[in-house]
Amino acid sequence: MTVTPRLQLKGMTKIYPSVIANDSIDMTIAPGEIHAVLGENGAGKSTLMKAIYGVVKPDKGQIIWNGEVVNIQNPAYARKLGIGMVFQHFSLFETLTVTENIALAMDDYTSMDSLATRIKNVSEEYGLPLDPGRLVHSLSVGLRQRVEILRCLLQQPKLLIMDEPTSVLTPQAVRVMFKTLRRLADEGCSILYISHKLDEIMELCHSATIIRGGKVTGYAIPANETATSLAKMMIGKDLPVCSQDKPLIDGKECLSVKNLSKSSADQFGTDLKEINFSVRGGEIVGIAGISGNGQQELLYALSGEKPVEDNDCIRICGEPAGHLNPGARRNMGLGFVPEERLGRGAVPGMSLSNNAILTAHRHDMVDKGLLKFNKAAEFAQKCITGFAVKCGSKDDPITSLSGGNIQKYITGREILQAPTLLVVSQPTWGVDVGAANIIRQAMIDLRNNGSAILVVSEELDELFEICDRLIVIAEGHISPSLNVAETTKEDIGIWMSGMFPGGPAEADTTALESSRNEEQHAS
Amino acid sequence: MLLKIEPRSEPSKTMKYMSPLIAAILMLISGLIIFTLLGKNPVEAFHAFFIEPVNDLYGIGELFIKASPLMLIGTGLAIGFRASIWNIGAEGQLAVGALFGGYIAIIFNDSNSFFILPLMILAGAAGGIVWASIPAFLKTVFNANEILVSLMLNYVAILLLALLVHGPLRDPDGYGFPQSVLFADSAILPILIEGTRFHAGVLVACAGVVIGWIFLLKSFTGFQIQVAGLAQKAASYAGFQYKKLIWIGLLSGGVTAGIAGVLEIAGPIGQLLPSVSPGYGYAAIIVAFVGRLHPGGIFLSSLLMALLYLGGESGQMNLDLPAAVTGIFQGLLLFYLLAADFLINYRIRITTPQQEAI
Repeated sequence: MTVTPRLQLKGMTKIYPSVIANDSIDMTIAPGEIHAVLGENGAGKSTLMKAIYGVVKPDKGQIIWNGEVVNIQNPAYARKLGIGMVFQHFSLFETLTVTENIALAMDDYTSMDSLATRIKNVSEEYGLPLDPGRLVHSLSVGLRQRVEILRCLLQQPKLLIMDEPTSVLTPQAVRVMFKTLRRLADEGCSILYISHKLDEIMELCHSATIIRGGKVTGYAIPANETATSLAKMMIGKDLPVCSQDKPLIDGKECLSVKNLSKSSADQFGTDLKEINFSVRGGEIVGIAGISGNGQQELLYALSGEKPVEDNDCIRICGEPAGHLNPGARRNMGLGFVPEERLGRGAVPGMSLSNNAILTAHRHDMVDKGLLKFNKAAEFAQKCITGFAVKCGSKDDPITSLSGGNIQKYITGREILQAPTLLVVSQPTWGVDVGAANIIRQAMIDLRNNGSAILVVSEELDELFEICDRLIVIAEGHISPSLNVAETTKEDIGIWMSGMFPGGPAEADTTALESSRNEEQHAS
Repeated sequence: MLLKIEPRSEPSKTMKYMSPLIAAILMLISGLIIFTLLGKNPVEAFHAFFIEPVNDLYGIGELFIKASPLMLIGTGLAIGFRASIWNIGAEGQLAVGALFGGYIAIIFNDSNSFFILPLMILAGAAGGIVWASIPAFLKTVFNANEILVSLMLNYVAILLLALLVHGPLRDPDGYGFPQSVLFADSAILPILIEGTRFHAGVLVACAGVVIGWIFLLKSFTGFQIQVAGLAQKAASYAGFQYKKLIWIGLLSGGVTAGIAGVLEIAGPIGQLLPSVSPGYGYAAIIVAFVGRLHPGGIFLSSLLMALLYLGGESGQMNLDLPAAVTGIFQGLLLFYLLAADFLINYRIRITTPQQEAI
């Protein structure tokens, strides 16, 4: 006798006005199985998961839970069945503490104190330590995700759905999470793991369902497949590869940061301490670091959204710019892609075309104070085509796009303006392989045309693929720069914990040794 | 049978335009109920309230005269509201505009120059600007709440106008009545349609609506205002200066209210009185929202609101209805609009208990 599947989907279909998000999808997950759902952005992965969690009502199809047909009306019912979900976009109240946020999702009443104790215990038990009393707005993305995971774990789920969980984590943190997930699976919890990262899926998942354009294109045992064969199933063709040309050497200094210190306005933020670095034309410099180590503060200072006191400590193309606002800095040749897409990089409620005006209005879109909407539409179309943005049309609201497509659009908008200096935060966060390569290639092309690019990313693989030099940020300190060719991910990983010359943990040599020992044990 | 409220997957465009209509219909129904409770024949009352005021050319002229300050101020306020800047002080800005414009009319009372009227309009605009700059200054410098500041300044402005009309601006030959001299013909807006009071100011107001439409929806500054209202972080990211937008948002209301004040005193009133507005500055807030903060919609909603004013007067004269009935209708309209707007983001579904159980 075979085991009753934990979850079975039959003919799941969801039709939106403009697109068929899911087209009769079948899938089976056994107890204790880690099952990957693999697909590009907009393939319909998130919609399918939302249907299982009761957020979206499927138009057709059956959900069979432990052998019984169920009608999941709402997330509360899904939780009652034992389904937990960690969303790609977090659903946390920023002004509340970790405990308060978790209490809101608990279906039965528990006192705050006992809940806080439970959070502490469970978080430590699963190797995801977290202070229950902290306010969510002060947490980094990585830690916020931890809150979401803990919220699910406290309900002792039978099925955990994780939507693109590693996109916000560092290599070390990914290892920690994999450990947690494997342990959960051993305890009998099934896991639906949504991702487009092939290596992760091959390492972690027992089985996989591959979705393209709303349809299942294949089932696979990831361990038996190669990255190429999985990618082929996922995007329908071979993986594009970035062509890395030799970087130009000796470009002009396009960005120089000298002795930049800034205390964070947020009491839980990170103060920037004596930051020095520069980026020259024709090179891509990467800033690696665990999230919440001052990246946001640095980017706000560089973009001009939070100008700094000393005008001279930030220079763009040789001119002092520390006091200038973002508009003035853009006039000097700065382009900037922020970490938050909707609400900062793009205006929700406006069309793609109008969102082009947001920063590209400098490029012949304003005449005597009036907007040239046809120019904006042309620009938007160029961006959609050039960066393979999946959307109905340039007049659709930007909120109708999936997260990755919004990212492609915003990044495309900034790159198409051919900035002399481009600052990018998490350029391919949540973006699928095919699209990520388009974005990376565009950045490399921009560099080859002599622009300077600064990339802040938590994905080391990405930094190693595209950067010429790397620096590390830890607790608001910046490390010396390293040529990518002369370093390794392991070295950078150690520097990320602050152990670099002039870093916050420099003196702590015992820690360095113990970390090396740990590594030896691990390998 | 059960009623079930469900969030919509995306805001309904139809409902966005339907909700003012639903609100207007609900207002009418409630109005008829109120008439009945007051012991009036509802059909008669309806006729007296909504048909009689506009069943001749004169009445239609009156409709536009009442609508012009509303559409003008409504457009100006909408520009601020789109940027989430809440100017509640149009009533006071109107009074100061009337004061400035009226002062010009009074000191040039002997002149019959063609330039008096344009000068009065400019002075009125300046008056509105002066009054609206106070909340703008306090908000940009001290981050003072513009709602409270602009609202409280209404009382200051109205008392200031009353003080001056009782004092220095009083007509010396007016037997001590608190009113200014009657304006000379050169300071009165010309009548455009014989047999009505339809004056040139209506065209000024309509021009204001068109300018507001171009400014808000076609200009780069208008775009910045929309961005600031939709996502302030995005405005900051793009480098739009929020302080500048605060000034524009408040002053646009001030300018239009100030001009509207001049149109009132140079139009139907013809002199400065202690009170120059029956609450146009407040009613324009309702007009702006019923018109969906869009100049085209504001034009239509100002006509509806004007009809309520006329109907209220007609009801008082013909049916002995209390004066408060106009205010009640205005309140009902806004109240129902806010309620109907719920349908933009939610829908109501009728389900049977059996379906529910599945």
